Amino acid sequence: MPIIAIRGLKKSYASGNEKVDALKGVDLAIEAGEFVTIMGKSGSGKSTLLSILGGMNHPTAGEVEMAGVNLYQLPGEKLADFRARHLGFVFQSFHLIPFLTALENVMLPLAIVKMKKAAKREAAHKALERVGLGGKVDRLPNQLSGGEQERVAIARAIVTNPHILLADEPTGNLDTSTSEEVMALFRELNEAGQTVVMVTHNPENGAYSDRTIQIRDGVVV
Amino acid sequence: MKLHTISINNLRRRKAKMVFLTVGLAVGVATIVTLVTLTRSMSSDIERKMDEFGANILITPQSNGLSLTYGGISLGGVTFDQHEIREADLSRIKTIKNRRNISAISPKVLGGVKVQGHDVLLVGVDFASELKMKQWWNIFGDAPKTDHEVLLGSDASKVLNASTGDSIAIKGETFKVAGVLDQTGSQDDALVFAQLAKAQRMLGKEGKVSLVEVAALCSGCPIGDMVNQMAELLPDTKVSAIQQVVEGRLKALDQFKRFSYAMAGVVVLIGSLVVFVTMMGNVNERTTEIGVFRAIGFRKSHIMRIILLEAALVSLFAGFIGYGAGMGGAKLALPLMAETKNAHLIWDPYVAAGSIALAVTLGLIASLYPALRASRMDPTEALRAL
Repeated sequence: MPIIAIRGLKKSYASGNEKVDALKGVDLAIEAGEFVTIMGKSGSGKSTLLSILGGMNHPTAGEVEMAGVNLYQLPGEKLADFRARHLGFVFQSFHLIPFLTALENVMLPLAIVKMKKAAKREAAHKALERVGLGGKVDRLPNQLSGGEQERVAIARAIVTNPHILLADEPTGNLDTSTSEEVMALFRELNEAGQTVVMVTHNPENGAYSDRTIQIRDGVVV
Repeated sequence: MKLHTISINNLRRRKAKMVFLTVGLAVGVATIVTLVTLTRSMSSDIERKMDEFGANILITPQSNGLSLTYGGISLGGVTFDQHEIREADLSRIKTIKNRRNISAISPKVLGGVKVQGHDVLLVGVDFASELKMKQWWNIFGDAPKTDHEVLLGSDASKVLNASTGDSIAIKGETFKVAGVLDQTGSQDDALVFAQLAKAQRMLGKEGKVSLVEVAALCSGCPIGDMVNQMAELLPDTKVSAIQQVVEGRLKALDQFKRFSYAMAGVVVLIGSLVVFVTMMGNVNERTTEIGVFRAIGFRKSHIMRIILLEAALVSLFAGFIGYGAGMGGAKLALPLMAETKNAHLIWDPYVAAGSIALAVTLGLIASLYPALRASRMDPTEALRAL
């Protein structure tokens, strides 16, 4: 049974007086432990697909089943709870909170989890060590390089041990060597059993994944 | 890491904005505290002065005879054939509905006597209540304690050539001058005061009094109502209020009070707008941050709690600052606005608690919409990249 099952997914936006069909009927299945990259040109619909997978963008039609749950049938704030429990996000621009240290940024998803303070700190320390930043826990984001910030963002995404790690252009703002390091880290996490779904336009990133899905004009090709 | 950690860290990061927010709200609170404290202190000052003025209700016999003045106050007629007030009836005064407002009841009996060849007005008083009412009296010597002691007004002392310790004869009886009044500028200067019971016997008015002065504590007491209540119980008397002395001042104070509250309302409105605009700006600046919070699973209620906690913390601080500044302002302004130099500033814990509660309430109300807006942000749009 796939951990992600998408059936007949459609998403339309209103742009002025025009209707834009970002996704025109996507069917997709991703198995647990798989590392999948979704590739496509700008405007192809790949980011829309990722936001729908992330439970943040209601589809116009179709179903999204994740970890056995029909995502968009969840009532009210249960969707937020699902994100907190099952999903980890890595954003293109890292989106670290500038006034929090690396450790505090990683602890952020735990702020709404009932855990002892010491246990939260330990979990955040472990996550930072996993991404190779065990020695920079007290640095503020502006005291870290781009690659290090990306690693903090990855640590924040995995600190709750999510079922699925979603990444949106994680190497988009990094130089080539740092990108390779970050992709190697994703691969490492995947080899440890983490399901990874990554949106990227960089074909070289596809080499790190098990499967690449091409999306063009709102459909999987 | 808890939600309040995020709020506190954000406040630390945005120091300038938070200072602006604190000052905006604190100015509003300080204005209210200053105006409320000033108004209350001035009211208290006026009330104290009213007590010092002495009587504010006068009970005289019903009369159609000649009028007599006493202490600059117009009294009912006192004639030879008039009806005196029965002393026994006075106990009824203490049964009126507003009896708790009565501070002192001072009955007096008046009558002309010859002293050492001079016609003088003998006034029989109950010295305990009289001294309570006329706190401005300055006695050289003591107040009479026995039936054979009298107190002389300053002019009477000069005319009768008698001072403290001397003896004078009235109607064949010898009285020791227990004390002499310092000049008061009133008709008290020309009077001879004796114990009420003794004077009644000497004037042949046992069990009767010529007039009664009543002092009422005026903190919220309805003098007009008290006059009516007394008049009902003492139908053969004329009960009148001596309000004109302070009525004008109280009216002016009432107008100042109204103006103060209106002004405080405007300042509070401006303070609330400052909070609203700043918190809206704060939320708009934090769009991405809020998007991240939502993306990693924060509920709408979590976002609201973060924003409202920030507002509550700032407002609480502004409440303390505002109260302190307001009391400082009131202390500086009171000597300029009160009529007496020794007007006391009222330190009321309820004003302190109220001003802090007001600051927090205003801060929270003004931040409610920004917090709601933040909680309803679409994380996808907030993050744009997704």
